[in-house]
Amino acid sequence: MRRNVTEENMAKPVEVSDSDWDLQVLQSDVPVLVDFWAPWCGPCRMVAPLVEELATEYEGKARFFKLNTDDNIRTATRYGIRSIPTLIVFKGGELVDQVIGFRPKSDLKRSLDKAF
Amino acid sequence: MVDREYGVVIIGGGPAGLAAGLYAARGRHRTVMLEKGVIGGQISLTEMVENYPGVPNVNGFDLAQTMQQQAESHGMETEYVDVTVIEKAGAKWRVLTGADDFTAKAVIITSGAEYDRLGVPGEERLTGKGVSYCATCDAAFFKEMEVAVVGGGDAAMDEGLFTTRYASKVHVIHRRDELRASRILQDRAFANPKMKFHWNTVVEEVLGDDHVTGVRLRDVVTGETSEMPLSAVFVFIGQHPNTGFLEGLVEMDAGKHVLVDDWMRTSAAGVFAAGDVRQNSARQVASSVGDGVTAAIAADHYISAAFPD
Repeated sequence: MRRNVTEENMAKPVEVSDSDWDLQVLQSDVPVLVDFWAPWCGPCRMVAPLVEELATEYEGKARFFKLNTDDNIRTATRYGIRSIPTLIVFKGGELVDQVIGFRPKSDLKRSLDKAF
Repeated sequence: MVDREYGVVIIGGGPAGLAAGLYAARGRHRTVMLEKGVIGGQISLTEMVENYPGVPNVNGFDLAQTMQQQAESHGMETEYVDVTVIEKAGAKWRVLTGADDFTAKAVIITSGAEYDRLGVPGEERLTGKGVSYCATCDAAFFKEMEVAVVGGGDAAMDEGLFTTRYASKVHVIHRRDELRASRILQDRAFANPKMKFHWNTVVEEVLGDDHVTGVRLRDVVTGETSEMPLSAVFVFIGQHPNTGFLEGLVEMDAGKHVLVDDWMRTSAAGVFAAGDVRQNSARQVASSVGDGVTAAIAADHYISAAFPD
């Protein structure tokens, strides 16, 4: 079931795909963190709740997306993703920082803060 | 910094730690398990566990999560922190982390082991860019490409076989002329038409600018070197125990494994060690679970004797 972005889940990471990547991520007016993941990846499932917590903490200041690398090969290839989880921080369409593999939340925060 | 009082503090959330947590919590000790990374440890990176008795096959991360939920339902708490030091605090122990400190009557060390690196040029620079220590995480990015698996043990064969689902060819690079993997995995690997074996061969360098393009190999018998074009290198050459934070606290062997007796007791009273972190571990989920249970029961006996209320 696809969920729409409503007031209620504003702070939750939103699924992004190849087709709306440019609009949602590159053209965002605030910094963006994208969680590249796939359902079969154990460590990805550990990262997800950390990204959700960050989404709440940075509500209104940054936007959070999840990209399923199985379904969106074009975007995964475009950014040279060869290992997941990979988190990439964008600002004004430019890549600011990336984190490969499971890392503690403090590391993710440090990475995201480079966009501010 | 808050100092938090516990009966049992468990360091590391792999199978040994989760089993110890279940038993310690059921023994009515206030119990916390401290994990610095991913619940399950090494099994979280395992696609399918099929040798845990009673469970014909299960995803590694799912098994770890089930163990955690089971232990938590009996009262175990979980904290995601990195332990830096364990120090004596009167009759108790104090476990220091980057955040809160934890005081315990007994400490169970289940910090496990971490994979070894090749230690060759290009490896660190290209990690996540084709160099990987987790085929189940990364193999899907190399569909119809040629990749290498380095190593000859169970992990190398297991992950190599998994990788054949995606890769067009999997080159097994092994420094000896025979595998040390279990027979069942050897049989499966030799029967797989995508697996190609390179004996007596070591990796000297991982090649590539922003992603892996190949490896430089050396034949250890003839000394001849060669280059092999590849898209990924999966490394499974062994592991070392996570015991850096235990220096000076407990006795260890030359390989930095913790020495324990039959009850998982270390040289420090009230400190126990279980699973891959201890000397002579069988390094299986089932044996680690057994270790963890033994350690928790021993810790219970220790607490009853050392802290009679």
